Amino acid sequence: MSESNNNPIEAPELDRRSFLRGGLSVAAGMGAFVAALKPLADMDPNDIPSLDGFLQKHYKEMDEEDMEAALKRIADKVQARWDVVPNVRDVRPEEGVEFVYALNLSRCVGCRKCVHACVDENNQSRSPEIQYIRVLEMPRGTLDPEKGNHDYDRPKVPSDDHFYMPVQCHQCENPPCVKVCPVEATWTEPDGITVVDYDWCIGCRYCEAACPYWARRFNFTEPEIPKEELNTDMAYLSNRPRPKGVMEKCTFCLHRTREGKNPACLEVCPVGARKFGNVLDPQSEVAQILRTKRVFVLKEEQGTLPRFFYYFDERYPDKAAAPALGAESEESR
Amino acid sequence: MKDYYRFLYRCFRVSFVGDWRYKAWMLLLSCIALFGLNAYAQQLVDGLAVTGMTDQVSWGLYIANFTFLVGMAAAAVMLVIPVYIYGNKDLHDLVIFGELLAVAAITMCLMFVTVDLGRPDRFLHLFQRFNFPGSMLAWDVIVLNGYLLLNVHICGYLIYCAYQGRRPTKKFYIPFVFLAIVWAVSIHTVTAFLYVGLGGRPFWNSAIIAPRFLASAFAAGPAFLIIALRVIGTQTSYKVPRGAIETLRKIVTVALAVNMFLLICEVFTEFYTDSAHGASAHYLFLGLHGYSGLVPWIWTAIALNTFALAVLFIGPLARSAGWQNLACLAMIVGIWIEKGMGLIVPAFIPTPLGEIVEYVPTRAETMVCLGIWAAGLLLFTIFVRVTIPVLSGRLTVDQRYNFVSSSSPTK
Repeated sequence: MSESNNNPIEAPELDRRSFLRGGLSVAAGMGAFVAALKPLADMDPNDIPSLDGFLQKHYKEMDEEDMEAALKRIADKVQARWDVVPNVRDVRPEEGVEFVYALNLSRCVGCRKCVHACVDENNQSRSPEIQYIRVLEMPRGTLDPEKGNHDYDRPKVPSDDHFYMPVQCHQCENPPCVKVCPVEATWTEPDGITVVDYDWCIGCRYCEAACPYWARRFNFTEPEIPKEELNTDMAYLSNRPRPKGVMEKCTFCLHRTREGKNPACLEVCPVGARKFGNVLDPQSEVAQILRTKRVFVLKEEQGTLPRFFYYFDERYPDKAAAPALGAESEESR
Repeated sequence: MKDYYRFLYRCFRVSFVGDWRYKAWMLLLSCIALFGLNAYAQQLVDGLAVTGMTDQVSWGLYIANFTFLVGMAAAAVMLVIPVYIYGNKDLHDLVIFGELLAVAAITMCLMFVTVDLGRPDRFLHLFQRFNFPGSMLAWDVIVLNGYLLLNVHICGYLIYCAYQGRRPTKKFYIPFVFLAIVWAVSIHTVTAFLYVGLGGRPFWNSAIIAPRFLASAFAAGPAFLIIALRVIGTQTSYKVPRGAIETLRKIVTVALAVNMFLLICEVFTEFYTDSAHGASAHYLFLGLHGYSGLVPWIWTAIALNTFALAVLFIGPLARSAGWQNLACLAMIVGIWIEKGMGLIVPAFIPTPLGEIVEYVPTRAETMVCLGIWAAGLLLFTIFVRVTIPVLSGRLTVDQRYNFVSSSSPTK
């Protein structure tokens, strides 16, 4: 291919003018490229994952040592950012436990105390504020959440013409959010709680689109929590501070409930409308409620099999009628 | 191998050669792409809060553009089928342009998905725990990347053969061509299933979405090719066969008519039934409880598509190049709106709990979108710029190519 040596591309004539022009264009191009990337200079160094963080395994693949290192990384970050020493743990589910929530619509007064107790307990971002619980003010004559008022603002609740329906993650037995996640960053634990590995989520928000209860939230920006409001009792899968760009959701306060306590939303409820417990224990309050009260789930037609039940105070007249319902709902699972 | 590197290098060189219009076009696209990159850098620092998306409307322009471009990519088969199944000679050489469009479109799709991710730094997680076959997004990753590889292979092979001046060996590309036909249908079907599979979003949870996707793709894609071929035919020395655009026009006409028909089917089902499931459709077409942000969009889209269909159906107009171009442009814009503002956004309004939060894209988000479009067009222009001299035998392995005075520029 000797002739190609004469070819202008193979041996371009580098006269001074074209050399200068070419050099200038390349320099201008590079300059423009660097200028375009300039905002990256303002990147918070904490946002850039460390090598260990980058290589961290999926929650289910971590052994004890990996988990210890991961928890230490979380603690270090909290300490660096808020200057407090947190107690970060990995709280595992107990055998023979399946958590269920029951909410008494005859009692709820719509005070939204649960909404705020949840934010305080779970270290949600305050700005922009992320809330897991949405209380709907329902008009007479419907149970359809789409008819509810999200923004009711009254000096005094409850209003005589309404009832109140708080909605949060239903911890479905057939969760659409888990099915759609492309990287298995969200899954259902053996005790029925659907969790997110905040260090695995890629932030595609497909789960958010899939949830029929609008129960998932995305960190559109770096979550902000004032130091004095930070809850230092933290767990890997629940209330540790989340990075920006990942999903989060209600975890039934698993760092509390797996250690025998009640969720924060239940504890704060002034009228006792919220009940929580192990449905596999027939003596538990929730098991009794499911057996005896008039219970329903939201959007049953979605086939999601929620572990979050609504009920009214009225009981079935005699106990004979009740077990049939309990048996049926167990069977339909 | 050495020859191959030299081929790549020469392609690289050619892409910088052209007259002032070519250079101005490339400079314009490069500038827009850099502005887009700048906006994306800002998004990386501040998070997706710089976009108009919210927890209520959690997908917006990025996913809308992604969906539209999957359709553009799938449309390459509308050139391949006539050639390889019906033996159409006119389109034979043009198949490559369709496939080059597919490569550019898929590349843009991948860029749009990437900018939509909250944590693009974690994309490797896809290789470590891949929720296949459970998640339709996992399917989409496979079919989109597979389609990209198939088309890169087919185009790359055919162009390199032309460069070397030898006939392509059939077994190295014909099986892939047929595979790509099926694959093209699959990319758009899987992308439709991504939405269709969500029971909590009644607006999407309809079996007609996938057929509608294909029909609109087979209208918008070939419409873009008609315009591109007209530009190539008038601005370069490349001879576009006379019958080619005529065949494409027929394809576009039928596909657009089918698309409009499917739209009517959908509108009828939603509005005649008039159940609570039609809330999103109500919001889109008529407005809901005083909110009507998308109403002008969708009616503009319907007007554009109706106009395009009318032009294509009226014989004398349909045969005039000017009217044809206008109709093609109208339907590209119409279908873009229909798939973006008309299909992605309304599914989020109202939310599953009945809340109405409207979505308005921000400046940053729009800049990122424009930047990706510019980058894609830049890529497509380079592909075409390189391909034309190769196909017309002016750039071959043992031929000199005068880069300095090459007088037949692309655009």
